[in-house]
Amino acid sequence: MEVLKIATAGSVDDGKSTLIGRLLYDTKSMTDDKLEAIERTSKQKGYDYLDFSLATDGLVAEREQGITIDVAHIYFSTPSKSYIIADTPGHVEYTRNMVTGASTSQASIILIDARKGVIEQTHRHFFINNLLRVKDVIVAINKMDLVDFSEETYNKIKADFQELMKKRDYQDQTITFIPVSALKGDNVVNRSEHTPWYKGQTLLDHLEELDQKDIYNTGTPRFPVQYVIRPKTDDFHDFRGFAGKVYGGELNVGDEVVVLPSMTRSKIKDIYFYDKQYSTAPRRSSVTITLEDEVNVSRGDMLVKVGDLPTVDKQLTATVSWMDGTDFTPGGKYVLQHGVNKVLAKVDAIEHKIHPDYSGIEENVTALQMNDIAKVRLRLNKPIFYDRFKDHRTNGSFIIIDSRTNNTAGVGFIE
Amino acid sequence: MSTLAEEIKKPETLNGVERPNANALEHEAIYIMREVAAQFEKPVLLFSGGKDSITLVRLAQKAFWPAKIPFPLMHIDTGHNFPETIEFRDKLVEELGVELIVRNVQDSIDEGKVVEETGKYASRNMLQTTTLLDAIEEFKFDACIGGARRDEEKARAKERIFSVRDDFGQWDEKNQRPELFDMLNGEIEIGQNVRVFPISNWTELDVWSYIQKENIEIPSIYFAHKRNTFLRDGLIWSAEDDVVFRADDEQVEERMVRFRTVGDMSCTAAVESHADTIDKVVAEIRDSRISERGARIDDKRSEAAMEKRKQQGYF
Repeated sequence: MEVLKIATAGSVDDGKSTLIGRLLYDTKSMTDDKLEAIERTSKQKGYDYLDFSLATDGLVAEREQGITIDVAHIYFSTPSKSYIIADTPGHVEYTRNMVTGASTSQASIILIDARKGVIEQTHRHFFINNLLRVKDVIVAINKMDLVDFSEETYNKIKADFQELMKKRDYQDQTITFIPVSALKGDNVVNRSEHTPWYKGQTLLDHLEELDQKDIYNTGTPRFPVQYVIRPKTDDFHDFRGFAGKVYGGELNVGDEVVVLPSMTRSKIKDIYFYDKQYSTAPRRSSVTITLEDEVNVSRGDMLVKVGDLPTVDKQLTATVSWMDGTDFTPGGKYVLQHGVNKVLAKVDAIEHKIHPDYSGIEENVTALQMNDIAKVRLRLNKPIFYDRFKDHRTNGSFIIIDSRTNNTAGVGFIE
Repeated sequence: MSTLAEEIKKPETLNGVERPNANALEHEAIYIMREVAAQFEKPVLLFSGGKDSITLVRLAQKAFWPAKIPFPLMHIDTGHNFPETIEFRDKLVEELGVELIVRNVQDSIDEGKVVEETGKYASRNMLQTTTLLDAIEEFKFDACIGGARRDEEKARAKERIFSVRDDFGQWDEKNQRPELFDMLNGEIEIGQNVRVFPISNWTELDVWSYIQKENIEIPSIYFAHKRNTFLRDGLIWSAEDDVVFRADDEQVEERMVRFRTVGDMSCTAAVESHADTIDKVVAEIRDSRISERGARIDDKRSEAAMEKRKQQGYF
């Protein structure tokens, strides 16, 4: 079945958790025991409505503070699709979680409180969805019930958001506006009687009709080798299979390939998925490839098609989103993980900080703190084989690991 | 005589092009399995004999074929298993030709490391944690692959795919590593270990559909059968095994039931069902209105039950 991953973004009290709860409830994905637990707790708290946010706010600390503090994953499905929602928090200080949620999502829902309209937070949410090149963005204008389902209010917010869209880098993003009330269920799964002026789809209808080609950024095929399979059994004595996942485009038996970094040329002999052979390895499939020639290939190497080489370099410029409590500073040394490949990196310079609310850049920055986004220059101890992020979402991104703590301290998007 | 290599099966055809199936969750899980084998020195697959761990075994087979699974399986045995599960486990291990490690909760009790719970709701589910942590230390495992899924429970919904545990096996839910794109960071210090959840993004229905499609054998208790049972708190309990406490006034009655999970017998309730084939089970799950863990009494102890157990090192 098709799987669609969706990130959500909204400020505190924009009703994100309620919207997700509503999606679960109206698609009948919420089971009786979970529903009973929500009814029970809602009643205990003295609410006269069902608090669907209770379905998603998982951690004790969250329930106590009444807010969402980490990424939670919520699942529901319709007969045609499986949905995975990354519920990410919208507080100013949690840019890192939003970036994380957006990195694995093909679609994104930005919530706006109809009473408040486009606020600074909305700028940030849109900026991050744009930076991460999330293909499909839904702007859900929520709490329409509290503004009497006013078309004028909706149009005003839409116009304000369209103003914001002029500033975006990534023009191919599809953006759809939907007036909803998550609490009352309008235009989430069921069409609202209160918005006769709205001719578009409900939120779920929009998601249902998204096609693979609408949601994936395609590029050229890249095959980073994860693991070399050498069974050394009698039956497979000389078998040397290169296990990995195909990114960007598909690979076929007979394709002429180059192995990086050795630059050795060969041809794809066989493509295996478990104990069967195939002629094609489609995008995002985890396969095992054998080559016509005896070529030395190990983890971290990459197979690419002849004539389709990525950049092979020890220096790069990237936009980095910093996620760690310890500052990122020029001269700092880190482990850079690019796909499955790890190298050492040194920070040459922080060129400038980028304000994630589209208010401009800041030069002469001496350090990056958690939630900062900046353009930086890095020098590596060994070359990596990369594409620009705008051309290849997977092969154009990397994570930065602080070798003192082993924590994932940041993520980078290569220019 | 034909060799195994010659017997490689003919591929499936989709739209006239020969390509592997498009189950994104399966490709993701295989990718994770391979990352574990590549990034860690001593990984282990935690095997309970339940459908989720059986699914993991199939995914591991697929990830490394034609080589054997490059890590052992380990069963933390509560001693409260359904006999069918143990039989099944031993048969599977023999077929796979992989090493099976068994560590017993009973030993932890005998050594005085844990104390057996008593009373109506006594269960060895909590006690497993100590046995597991001891085994991790004994074998110096640095990665433990488990079949937990994020859809099971709210605290699990926040769990990472690579989830770091400290020297004491503790989970610090407030200080989890962000996981971006496909990149998995398995860097750890000596003494730490990583819990790995390759089927994090699967739902119960995804697992069942996979078992159906792949034609994977599972223990018989997952299918509807006649069993002597009794009712407590609206749940159906097996009356055929001594480990499940039953009060004298709790009446035994034969019912047509099946189990949706095969955990510790003492805290795993049955559901009434006539689904005696995999197709019927999948159809039943599709229409089901009670979540899987709804039949696990240990989660009902309090709303924060799972999170507390996870912090202490529970899988």
